[in-house]
Amino acid sequence: MTTSSELAVSASGLVKTFGDFTAVDGIDLEIRRGEVFGVLGPNGAGKTTTLKMLATLLTIDAGKAEIFGVDVRTQPHQVRQLVGVTGQYASVDENLTATENLVLFGRLLGMSGKAARAASEELLESFGLQEAAKRQISKFSGGMRRRLDLAASLLSRPPLIFLDEPTTGLDPRTRGQMWDTIRTLVAGGSTVLLTTQYLDEADQLADRIAVIDRGVKVAEGTSEQLKTSVGSSTLHLRLSDRTQVSAAAAVVEKVTGEHPVLTPESGGINVPLADADRAADVLIGLRHADISITTANVQQPTLDEVFLALTGHGTESAEDTHEPEHTDFRTQEVA
Amino acid sequence: MAALISTYAVADRPLKTHPSIGETVSQTLTMARRAYIKMMRNPEQFFDVTLQPLLFTAMFAYIFGGAISGDVKAYLPTVITGILAQTALTASMARGTQLREDMDKGVFDRFKALPIARIAPLAGPAVADLLRYGIAATLTIAVGLAMGYRPGGGVAGVLAGWALTIFAGWSLSWIFTWLGTIMKSAGGVQGIGMMIMFPLTFLSPAFVPKDTMPGWLQAFVEINPVTLVINATRDLMNAGDVTMSVVWAIVGCSAIVAIFAPLSVWTYSKKL
Repeated sequence: MTTSSELAVSASGLVKTFGDFTAVDGIDLEIRRGEVFGVLGPNGAGKTTTLKMLATLLTIDAGKAEIFGVDVRTQPHQVRQLVGVTGQYASVDENLTATENLVLFGRLLGMSGKAARAASEELLESFGLQEAAKRQISKFSGGMRRRLDLAASLLSRPPLIFLDEPTTGLDPRTRGQMWDTIRTLVAGGSTVLLTTQYLDEADQLADRIAVIDRGVKVAEGTSEQLKTSVGSSTLHLRLSDRTQVSAAAAVVEKVTGEHPVLTPESGGINVPLADADRAADVLIGLRHADISITTANVQQPTLDEVFLALTGHGTESAEDTHEPEHTDFRTQEVA
Repeated sequence: MAALISTYAVADRPLKTHPSIGETVSQTLTMARRAYIKMMRNPEQFFDVTLQPLLFTAMFAYIFGGAISGDVKAYLPTVITGILAQTALTASMARGTQLREDMDKGVFDRFKALPIARIAPLAGPAVADLLRYGIAATLTIAVGLAMGYRPGGGVAGVLAGWALTIFAGWSLSWIFTWLGTIMKSAGGVQGIGMMIMFPLTFLSPAFVPKDTMPGWLQAFVEINPVTLVINATRDLMNAGDVTMSVVWAIVGCSAIVAIFAPLSVWTYSKKL
């Protein structure tokens, strides 16, 4: 049997409930071959649950999912042959050494003992772990575990790789190493589904991003599209004379019709712009009012701001926030 | 690096619909090897199959020997075979708690995500445990011989009883494997396991003759699988006879596997 779908992942209306709690509430995903797709959301948004359903680790309560055209619900054994999963918590055996782990997984995948040992040696070298080959995993650092875990997922050379929060809990340097490894992987032609709660991670690695919040997809697109979709760029101004802040704010409001955000202590004004061209109008208006400025720059929104705008709350854990005006945000089709 | 971590084109990959018998066996043996390595790194896993036979055999023989059989030596054919069944049961109980602990670890997520037979992660450790039952049975018999036990069944009878004990331990371990897949914690498995183990061991002719018990209790003793195993090992080791008891013991143990192995795989797969 061979697969023929053009899409690596095609899921529609995925639902997962745990008792009264709906963890995933009708998520659609389409991931093309060869792309890195990021699923971005705060803790408890349903990212891992979605990924586990696609990886056959959780049953799908409602909806349909296909991996390379193979139905996840009815043909789990086939799907498992197509997907490599690297979990949020390193899924390797603590009591075994790195080599023993990789040989174990290699043998389970049907390799001969010799082939499994060769593949293990090669992978450990690629991941800079050969010195730790004979050490038990319980003595490994967090970063080493993650890398070994990723190496284990690659033994079968799966065409699709799931990375569940690959850098959560890693220090910045190890995180950078992990990113490099993932980039190499992508250069080799793999399709990658990555979940993350870090906006910069999605920004750095993903071709397209789906933003998930409380089990629902709230937006999807490239990081550029997401940033543009929030509408505004921001004009950051600093006045030479702080006492003119309120006068300047009045001018800005007259020109743009928007309330600027003021930081009077430093003479700063941040002006949301529907269109970056409007920056010139603001500057001309200030010149006419004889208000002089020291700096002016126009910035695209950060993904953090995008996230805030899309979900009505920041990227902190969903459970920690009070009920926001969440229902006002319908899925915004950006792509 | 790039060459190594490249992936095959999807179309190159013929997908199997299910693991073959050969693959299932090889995956089970691979899992057994994992369990064996872990066992060797945690020698305390052998406490129950080394200290317990030594302690219980001596203790029970000296405590009950005089009361039940007149003297210790006359009691040995009863108590050694009884302890054999008891150790098989206690040693197999550890299977449930260990599986439960193991399943809570991250590596089981990977086992579930791999295209392998669902029974392999359950059956593999059960195969490795044969070593534990072997140690327990050997030590019990050795202590008995040292205390003056002279089995009437000779070497062949003793070896047959030894093998039957190991088979019984392996079969009974499937009950605890199933408990491991349905219970939420290792402590829970331990608790339920104890509640199963004590009635099964003591409501049997392991230490006292069945005739001394009230009639209604004898009815349970008759159908207790541990009774079947004890009767069979007595026939084999003390008389050297392959009787119907032996057949019934093998049938009973096989029935336990036939019921609890599929049940375990089913609940394990459902847990996904």
